[in-house]
Amino acid sequence: MPLTLERVPGQEERVILSMGPQHPSTHGVLRLVLELDGETVVRAIYDIGYLHTGFEKSFEHLTYSQDITLTDRMDYLAPLSNNLGFCLAVEKLLELEIPPKAQFVRVLLTELTRIQSHLVWLGTHAIDIGAMSVFLYCFREREDILRIFEMVAGQRMMTSYFRIGGLALEPPPGWLGRVQKFLEKFPSRIDEYEGLLTKNPIWTMRTQGVGKISAEDAVAYGVSGPSLRGSGVKWDVRKAQPYSSYDKFNFDIPTRPEGDVYARYLVRLAEMRESVKIVRQAAEGLPEGPVKANAPHIVMPDRESMKTSIEALIYHFKIVTEGFHPPVGEVYHSVESPRGELGFYVVSDGSPRPFRCHVRTPSFANLQALPKIIEGRLIADVVACIGSIDVVLGEIDR
Amino acid sequence: MRWRGEATLLPGDDSSASDMQADIENHPVVQRVREFGPEAVEDAQVFRGELTLWIPAARLRRVCEFLRDQKELAFKYLSDVTAVDHYPGEPRFETVYHLYSIEHNQRLRLKVKLPGDDPRVDSMVPVWPSAKASEREVFDLFGIYFEGHPYLVRILLPEDWEGHPLRKDYPTEGYR
Repeated sequence: MPLTLERVPGQEERVILSMGPQHPSTHGVLRLVLELDGETVVRAIYDIGYLHTGFEKSFEHLTYSQDITLTDRMDYLAPLSNNLGFCLAVEKLLELEIPPKAQFVRVLLTELTRIQSHLVWLGTHAIDIGAMSVFLYCFREREDILRIFEMVAGQRMMTSYFRIGGLALEPPPGWLGRVQKFLEKFPSRIDEYEGLLTKNPIWTMRTQGVGKISAEDAVAYGVSGPSLRGSGVKWDVRKAQPYSSYDKFNFDIPTRPEGDVYARYLVRLAEMRESVKIVRQAAEGLPEGPVKANAPHIVMPDRESMKTSIEALIYHFKIVTEGFHPPVGEVYHSVESPRGELGFYVVSDGSPRPFRCHVRTPSFANLQALPKIIEGRLIADVVACIGSIDVVLGEIDR
Repeated sequence: MRWRGEATLLPGDDSSASDMQADIENHPVVQRVREFGPEAVEDAQVFRGELTLWIPAARLRRVCEFLRDQKELAFKYLSDVTAVDHYPGEPRFETVYHLYSIEHNQRLRLKVKLPGDDPRVDSMVPVWPSAKASEREVFDLFGIYFEGHPYLVRILLPEDWEGHPLRKDYPTEGYR
């Protein structure tokens, strides 16, 4: 028996509507149950779990290195942010020092991830509200970023490029040229999207004043990321608790006070411009040096050294067959994913597999604000509101 | 009893154990909570710079309200609620709360030990509405009851699912 709403006695003319899970504008398999009075939403609840795959259980049965592949598959629009969060948590547990070059490459690629995730959001959000052409332009630019990922990691989406102790391998020659080329044209492309939407009267009518949430409510409901900053709360994990050398970069945190769908749209567009600034600084200031930490019992040796060095061969065998033993303890490390605070809580009992690994995913918390912002509004606004909080069902259901 | 997360397990770290205990007692957050109620903290520990407080289940609600409302603490943001199963150890479960204070840029972890037999703890939804979905998730996957929760039903698994998959005695492949 699927989740449903009870009818209120005396209000029999109200309609209980099940929206989704197969609805094009629910961005995956989100199901909403709405109680409608005419076209007005009176009550709303959400039903999730259609994509539940038990990742947190799987974490406990794979070694730390193998677990990285699971993190990609949670937030499939921001795989590198997830890789980074998990690696940083385990590195904190191990107290590993990461070489500066690896940190800069991590920052560069996670910011590109943020841009491509926001591009998917912008395209689908616009298509939900009726602006078809933006979608095609967004996916054109996203393709450039995915090509950079493919060049660096060999994969377009499920990259698993960040490993515990650094990167999987040295980025190939010429990749920075590709990044520079993207940086040259992208800012003008953001202007194009803005030209299509920001002052478009249909767009502003559909988004301004819709789906309002106050700063206090947003904090109380655990909203984070651009959705929180659209309500005027200036909190970004990259600035508040800098990780992976984010403190060396110069960027702003865009906020808007209005707290409506339009404010969240403006915040995400401004964030793309800030990300471009960070990527440019990372590409220009990229330090020289190794991309892996000096910890042979944790970091996989190079393929070449395995052919010449018996130690490298032994370490490779140990890491692949057994894994490494972190100290007993527990850590929580959070990063700013494109959707908000993404936290990994890792408990170690000293064995090569995590005793427990819990993921605090931003969409899971952000979705709680959805019933709050759609109750009392028209059913047509529901679609705009879902799009504006940018949920990814893969990381909600895990 | 402190049986997990000992900071002294790294080789060469054990000499400073007593210093560490003194540091924890001088931690501003620990001092404030001790002022609120000396018995409100069962145990405290710092590991990798992260402060963890163990709170007795009976006092959790009042401690949380204090942590949220105190101006100097202002833990208004509940990041996350989760649990850990220590099967076959006893007390078997721990619920884990990750708090954050946006004003003071401070994180705090609270833990509550719960018995394996009929684990129950007060719901934190009246303190932080954001606990609603996370507590449902813990209920769904661990079978821990949150008393006073407005809508405690399974969230990720179907309603008729048997067992709680994140318990350690639940096989990874499921029951067949």
